[in-house]
Amino acid sequence: MHRPFFTALVATALSAALLAAQPPALAQEAAQKPAAKPVSRFIQDPYPSTYKPIASPPVLIQGATVLTGTGTRLDGADVLMQGGKIVAVGADLDAPADALRVDGRGRWVTPGIIDVHSHLGVYPSPGARAHQDGNESTSPTTPNVWAEHSIWPQDPGFATALAGGVTALQILPGSANLIGGRGVTLKNVAGASYQAMKFPGAPWGLKMACGENPKRVYGERGGPSTRMGNIAGYRAAFIDASEYLKKHRPKQVTVQKKRWWQSGSGSTDSDKDSGGKRDLKMDTLAGAINGEIMVHIHCYRADEMTTMIDLSKEFGFKISAFHHGVEAYKIADKLAAEKICGALWADWWGFKLEAYDGIQENIALVDRVQNGCAIVHSDSEEGIQRLNQEAAKVIAHAQRIGMEIPPERAVRWLTANPAKSLGILDKTGTLEPGKMADVVLWNGNPFSVYAKADQVYIDGARVYDRNDKSRQPVSDFMLGQGMLGQGMEGGVQ
Amino acid sequence: MNRRIRNTAMTLVLCALAPTAFGQTLLIRNATVHTAGAQGTLRETDVLVRDGAIAAIGRGLSASGVDVVDAQGKPLTPAMFGGITAIGLEEVGLEDPTTDQSLALGAQTKQMTVRPEFDVTVAYNPASSLLPVARIDGIGFTLLGADATAGGSMIGGQGAVVRLDGSADPIGPKVLFVQLGGRGANLTGNTRAGQWMLLDQMIDEVRGRMPQNAPMALLTTAGRETMARYLGGGGRIMVEVHRAADIRQVLRWSQRHGVRIAISGGAEAWTLAPQLAAAKVPVFVDPLVNLPGDFDQIGATLENAARLRAAGVQVGFTQSDRASHNARKVRQAAGNAVANGLAWDDGLAGLTRVPAEVLGIADKLGTIAVGKRADLVLWSGDPLDVASVATQVWFDGRAIPMRSRQTDLRDRYLRAAGDLPRAYPAGGH
Repeated sequence: MHRPFFTALVATALSAALLAAQPPALAQEAAQKPAAKPVSRFIQDPYPSTYKPIASPPVLIQGATVLTGTGTRLDGADVLMQGGKIVAVGADLDAPADALRVDGRGRWVTPGIIDVHSHLGVYPSPGARAHQDGNESTSPTTPNVWAEHSIWPQDPGFATALAGGVTALQILPGSANLIGGRGVTLKNVAGASYQAMKFPGAPWGLKMACGENPKRVYGERGGPSTRMGNIAGYRAAFIDASEYLKKHRPKQVTVQKKRWWQSGSGSTDSDKDSGGKRDLKMDTLAGAINGEIMVHIHCYRADEMTTMIDLSKEFGFKISAFHHGVEAYKIADKLAAEKICGALWADWWGFKLEAYDGIQENIALVDRVQNGCAIVHSDSEEGIQRLNQEAAKVIAHAQRIGMEIPPERAVRWLTANPAKSLGILDKTGTLEPGKMADVVLWNGNPFSVYAKADQVYIDGARVYDRNDKSRQPVSDFMLGQGMLGQGMEGGVQ
Repeated sequence: MNRRIRNTAMTLVLCALAPTAFGQTLLIRNATVHTAGAQGTLRETDVLVRDGAIAAIGRGLSASGVDVVDAQGKPLTPAMFGGITAIGLEEVGLEDPTTDQSLALGAQTKQMTVRPEFDVTVAYNPASSLLPVARIDGIGFTLLGADATAGGSMIGGQGAVVRLDGSADPIGPKVLFVQLGGRGANLTGNTRAGQWMLLDQMIDEVRGRMPQNAPMALLTTAGRETMARYLGGGGRIMVEVHRAADIRQVLRWSQRHGVRIAISGGAEAWTLAPQLAAAKVPVFVDPLVNLPGDFDQIGATLENAARLRAAGVQVGFTQSDRASHNARKVRQAAGNAVANGLAWDDGLAGLTRVPAEVLGIADKLGTIAVGKRADLVLWSGDPLDVASVATQVWFDGRAIPMRSRQTDLRDRYLRAAGDLPRAYPAGGH
């Protein structure tokens, strides 16, 4: 007897029988619901978020001045948070019996502040050589790198930003490169890994930089060395990406009749889909062209922003926001018409020639246009701690020229508008029922140098409390520092 | 044009160009006067300026034939100190030919060159676009700093105070700038201990214990003379240093050699507040530094200014990295110090009286007091709050146009688009 053959025959028959059982189940599933849209292979995430909100009882803040982030101001109002969500905002709300009641009288409530431009974690404090992880300046075009892989969660800057009311932030690669890589949106929570901070469901960003930086960094290293070289660089990259996209459009998962000799569950595997090895650079750019990845471009000058808009149309991607945009006020109408946000400073200027024409009314002029999307960003571990003060400076200088900007409008620069540019406005950025309870309770009007965040909530959990040391996170790095042996402790305040 | 109008226009133009000796006469009525001095804050008070100096402060002042400004109860302060900056020495930060505040003779050879005689003030440009930007936001004077740099040495060189009224020359005594600690260690053999060794050697050279032509000698003749002046207590040495252990060393060193020092930065200075107070060493802090930017600043805290002041240290304000373009932000920094425990009066003093006293110009600047120069600012609200702006600034009692190239850009783009490109003046046909 040819036993191996016989065994094999039986084995094959058995396995075929087993496998034959599968397709009907799949067919049944398919009959019950339409084929799910596959996650585009360009934005598949092998490093998914493991963030879990901290379990908390319901919280009712009572009698506060509430800025909802939708343009509304309510005086003497309540905010109810439960199950990690905003449940209601209004006067005299009912709350469950086990709700913690917080006295909001004399205090103001806003959505959590969102900073769309931070290098916390990738250029952390201390600024040690070992920590210079924000720019992969080994090549001008690095869409293959993901900023999240450089994040050090123990950067003390996260906690100081939290004390300033920041509940979410986008960590970006630096601006040395034409295309710097993927940015990531984080919840500003303490964690041992960046995955524990990663904002669930937030799309990636793509960082690009125009102007002086790339040509300064690469000018003597093979280029680009001019602005025209910069543009040629983006175009080359996107031409490659367009080709790649043609070949690698994700196919629909269809249920195929199973043959007894076929292995697998019937879905196409990514290898057959791609026709070859993955290309991380092209995946990112393809995702951007597809609109799956939000494009954020560091760009200062009005003329350069205009050129980048043309570039985006040449290749069919949408620019979500220009960052820094020192000259955004010169093309405020165009930015609004193109639905591009401006992530801007209140007053930085002059450190580079492309920043020479900065004005203190930039954010106000971008905001004043119908459908304008003005954002206050920091790009600074110091600035992120007081974005409310930065907004206050804009309000004050706008008022000087007769532009009255009420607080319920200005707060959008810190909350709803950044959320929109990050593609998370459906989840957070305003105090609306059903959204994540990312909330800041201020000791008064936030648009003052004397304003302090009394409490900060993320998904309804009180992650920071100015008056409760047990709710003030301290990073591992700051632990045990500065013991001078005389009872005097140093440390981040 | 009508001849009378043209003559008046000419007169006004001439007045604007008149030298400051023809100081203004002016009555500011009904202000909340924050004197920053012994008189504290005076409400509903008038300030009379005559010939560019403060002539009287009180209620119900009158003077005939003078311009009157009704302050409507708004706050009036002395024009503020912008910190240690490179205003007038730096036009665009990354464009080297426009920046003059650091001497790097040895940059090509990577050699240390020690030139305490280096004086930045001769490169000062009062026509810099940075001056109007600073002064329309209430900044009236700044200390020009000389920066330590590679190819130079830990001795940055000398600077001095300039008023931002457009006058070309500095006022007051020169200040010598020295950088100590971890950040400057790369200039001193990659160890901060090298800084003390080099300072000791410079003292040896000044005292003649090392001949000038010795192969290892660091100083030129001018350098020796300059160092001799400061070592004799004949000038203030501004030391940029953060770490507590290094501050302790510099206190010892200054006491041993009778040198008058002040500290800039001083992130961990609060840990030695009693010693600094006892030694009468003033500290110019950046109140916004609360993160361990490097290992010298582990103890950084927003409460630095408050803790120093509580121990009796003279506290002034400056911004890290010599912020020149955004010198106006020093006011926000002071406001943050007040929000973190510093008394409001000390917040104002750190921007006015304390820098003037430390830098030897308090006879004429730093407070609103009879006899002082009428360098004044009227504010829309609390001068330390970011919610307030400067509504009018005066130098020697002369109101400045509240205009800079930034406001010109703003105005150009504020107006509605017309038939002609914006490059053409408004109202043209």
